[in-house]
Amino acid sequence: MSTEESNAKPLEYQTEQGEMSIIGFWVFLAAEIALFGTLFATYAVLFGRTADAPAPAELFEPGTVLIMTFILLTSSFTCGIAIHEMRRGSVKGVMTWLIITLALGLSFISLEIYEFIHYAHEGATLQSSAFWSAFFVLAGTHGVHVSLGIGWAILLLIQTAQRGITPITSRKIFIFGLYWHFLDVVWIFIFTGVYLIGMVL
Amino acid sequence: MANQSKKIPYQHIIGFILSITLTLLAAWTAIRSNLPVMWIIIAILAMAVIQAAIQLFMFMHITERGAGNAPWNMMFHGAVVAVILVAGSLFTMSFGFSHDHGGGSHGQHQQEQHEQQHDN
Repeated sequence: MSTEESNAKPLEYQTEQGEMSIIGFWVFLAAEIALFGTLFATYAVLFGRTADAPAPAELFEPGTVLIMTFILLTSSFTCGIAIHEMRRGSVKGVMTWLIITLALGLSFISLEIYEFIHYAHEGATLQSSAFWSAFFVLAGTHGVHVSLGIGWAILLLIQTAQRGITPITSRKIFIFGLYWHFLDVVWIFIFTGVYLIGMVL
Repeated sequence: MANQSKKIPYQHIIGFILSITLTLLAAWTAIRSNLPVMWIIIAILAMAVIQAAIQLFMFMHITERGAGNAPWNMMFHGAVVAVILVAGSLFTMSFGFSHDHGGGSHGQHQQEQHEQQHDN
């Protein structure tokens, strides 16, 4: 079960408050799974109810979506490296990898906005049909989460630059890391359940 | 302070390579392969679950001792809730009914139509 880790706990777990905050964040993530579960269920039930709007297979393009997926996967990876650098005690390492993560997150959001504008031009908007409402709410909720994550990381960067790696900043960065990886998990299911299945059916 | 003194995060690199490979494989299965639609859906969903597991175990340190059993508990029960929500909604709302409007509903009847279209 446990790998070859040293006996001492990482810095972010060393205070009781840090440990409680991290456990609390896992509870929040469980609630987020339930939230996205309801959105996926709505999307699945409304699948195909496109009314007069274009069908998903006409609009979904594998190219853009694959690029978005790779960007988000890479950002999840760089965020993991940031946590790794944090545990090695390197302020510079954390900052560098977090900034790379942020840049990737921003490009993901830009591509998603571009994609939504493109769909709107083709006649698929939030109002055009039940299917597209479900689609935009599901993908949009994920996009809002990514945007919030970007704002959060900027604040963390400022704090880390001012205070260095302390039990408090390390706990905050670790929790941000959990959030960011979780968004990647949700995106994997959007990529598979929405885009790939939308192109197949 | 430096708890994990390993210089190169092998676990992250392996996880990253696996994720990219699985994404490409899933995209290929959906777009290029000639499998029946049902098999494609099962295969890509299975790959998504594996990728999610990679994120949880290799990136999010779900088995780390710091937070006790909470992470594992939360993710497992969250996943159960999500599966019940999606499968239950589809079961009650879509299966066994046939809708005249739109393609691609999840009923058996439409499924067959799609497979026929796929073959053409």
